[in-house]
Amino acid sequence: MSAVRPDKSKLYYPKMPSAWWLRRLSYFLFMMRELSSVFIALFLVIYLAQIHQLTKGPGAYVAFAQKFQSPGWIAFHVVVLAFALYHTYTWFASSAVVMPLKIGDRFIPQNAVVLLNIAAWVVVSTVIAALFMMFQG
Amino acid sequence: MAEETITLNVTRYRPGEDRAPRTQAYSVPYRKDWVVLDALNHIKDQIDGTLTYRWSCRMGVCGSCGMMVNGVPKLTCAAFLRDYYPKEIQVEPLANFPIIRDLVIDMSDFLDKLKSVKPWIIRKTEKPTAQGEYLQTPAQLEAYKQFTQCINCMLCYAACPVYGLEPEFLGPAAIALGYRYNVDSRDEGNEQRRGVMGSHEGVWQCTFVGECTEVCPKHVDPAAAIQRSKLDEATGWLKSVLLPWGGR
Repeated sequence: MSAVRPDKSKLYYPKMPSAWWLRRLSYFLFMMRELSSVFIALFLVIYLAQIHQLTKGPGAYVAFAQKFQSPGWIAFHVVVLAFALYHTYTWFASSAVVMPLKIGDRFIPQNAVVLLNIAAWVVVSTVIAALFMMFQG
Repeated sequence: MAEETITLNVTRYRPGEDRAPRTQAYSVPYRKDWVVLDALNHIKDQIDGTLTYRWSCRMGVCGSCGMMVNGVPKLTCAAFLRDYYPKEIQVEPLANFPIIRDLVIDMSDFLDKLKSVKPWIIRKTEKPTAQGEYLQTPAQLEAYKQFTQCINCMLCYAACPVYGLEPEFLGPAAIALGYRYNVDSRDEGNEQRRGVMGSHEGVWQCTFVGECTEVCPKHVDPAAAIQRSKLDEATGWLKSVLLPWGGR
């Protein structure tokens, strides 16, 4: 038995407004998460270009790096850092949903998983920073 | 003393007569214990009998009274006037669905998609009734129990911008219910569901906005079901590529 369907010619089909992502904070934050990839990709391209300067000798590398001291480049890197931090947080929040952890038969609350991820992130970042400063010195 | 009132701005659409929906304002008595559905019933009974909308149980079980209340998908039987008073309330049909009349949407697309994931237990071979029930441990029950709470209210579809932009997307509730059976230890139908759930229009079209979970009145967490299905699909594919016997 097939279900009775409404007359399609009499239906009204609403359209999504192009500014739908400004209608709710959660939609806006989602778009910012997606946009963060663009800034992180830009940073990586610039970083690769910076590494490429090493093939041209120390002088070329230093000259390239000195450009980053201008206010424009500093502002750009601050924006990239903000997007990278937000992207990292959303990644941890997502992984808590995707891969729920269990202790015995009980699931660990998602917030606890996010906090554990952030704690591990801080520890690893601190170790890398310490190693960097040790070898630089 | 004059009776306190609250204004509801309700979407009206007469098929075959109106070219587009319009908004009609109704002033109804304000009662602290009234929900939006009570106000709509008051309009229907006392002010305008032509107003059309769906409702049934009035207690968050049937899932038929879902509407947009001030732009947010809600069960109107659980949306109290006191949470909006004294401001006006905008009541619209669920977003992302075609409108049949006033606040009634066409749910055919959802029902087709729901059926396509085969939301029932599939067995390769049924064991004889004489051998008794298919037993489960509490942990096996826990794996899918949360996803059994879905009442097919479609609030998650109204909240999902991906479904609004790409109507071919299988959508949150259908995937959550497919996942519910995929992780049920009694079920053996993963392969039969893979063609629909693992397709581009299935789990892979989801960009994890997460609003489906936020608006779900039964705390089903469809976003989690979709992301876990993606993981299952990806590991299944990897095994089929890496392992000589296909991994499945």
